[in-house]
Amino acid sequence: MKAVVTVTLKNGVLDPQGRAIESALHGLGFAGVASARAGKIIELELADGTSRETVEAMAKQLLANTVIENFRIDMP
Amino acid sequence: MKAAVIVFPGSNCDRDLADAIAKVSGARPAMIWHRETELPDGLDLIAIPGGFSYGDYLRSGAMAARSPVMQAVVAAASQGRAVLGICNGFQVLTEAGLLPGALMRNAGLNFVCRPVALTVENNQSIFTSQYSAGESITIPVAHHDGNYVADAATLDRLEGEGRVALRYAEPVNGSARDIAGVLNDAGNVLGMMPHPERVIEAEQGGTDGRRMFEAALMALA
Repeated sequence: MKAVVTVTLKNGVLDPQGRAIESALHGLGFAGVASARAGKIIELELADGTSRETVEAMAKQLLANTVIENFRIDMP
Repeated sequence: MKAAVIVFPGSNCDRDLADAIAKVSGARPAMIWHRETELPDGLDLIAIPGGFSYGDYLRSGAMAARSPVMQAVVAAASQGRAVLGICNGFQVLTEAGLLPGALMRNAGLNFVCRPVALTVENNQSIFTSQYSAGESITIPVAHHDGNYVADAATLDRLEGEGRVALRYAEPVNGSARDIAGVLNDAGNVLGMMPHPERVIEAEQGGTDGRRMFEAALMALA
């Protein structure tokens, strides 16, 4: 089974990379980009029956730094 | 002073740091590989060097903070042993939960590598007692992820408790409130982005970092 953990910066945490992406999109002529936020996706191939709680623990202990980041878990 | 320098795959300031400690204290520190699960007995100082541990995978310091040796470092820190984390070492200490906040990509996105002016905010700590309060010193930085971030309540608490040891006296990386180095609540753990080990003798172009090691030697020897 698969789980996808999406890690994003918390609202209010300045995202220098997102800002650079935003300004590069403007530079390419794309109008109407109000903001861009950069994050990361971690795909986990897991043993069948792995619980959501276990994946949450993985996210809290390693995959995300909860001082600055939120995470979302998608799994069947 | 019995010291140890922790070495991770990708550490690159470990030998400079060991040399600085040896030159000031007269004793070579033990070099401790990240896979060790125990530290030598009777350590006075644990130093975590700069570099790019584990290639900065996931987040700077994230993998190193979960490596076997860091459990021993966290245990030693909680027993009051002095811990100094420099640059990547600072990132490792925040990721390990020994210091609050986090170090993000520099606000200007550039790697910053130059001597910077710092103000000594707290000269009462193990590491800063040989500076004057408010003294201006110059120590080089070399980092991509030195932008210190914490929530406003944490920043207020750090300032209120005198735990901001060092502040940038010029724009460097976008750090909240120009924070360059912070202490833990007990005062035995210091994390800082600038590299004091790179300015301990005149041949290096400056000596402002030397007193940090002299202070540790006086407090701990």
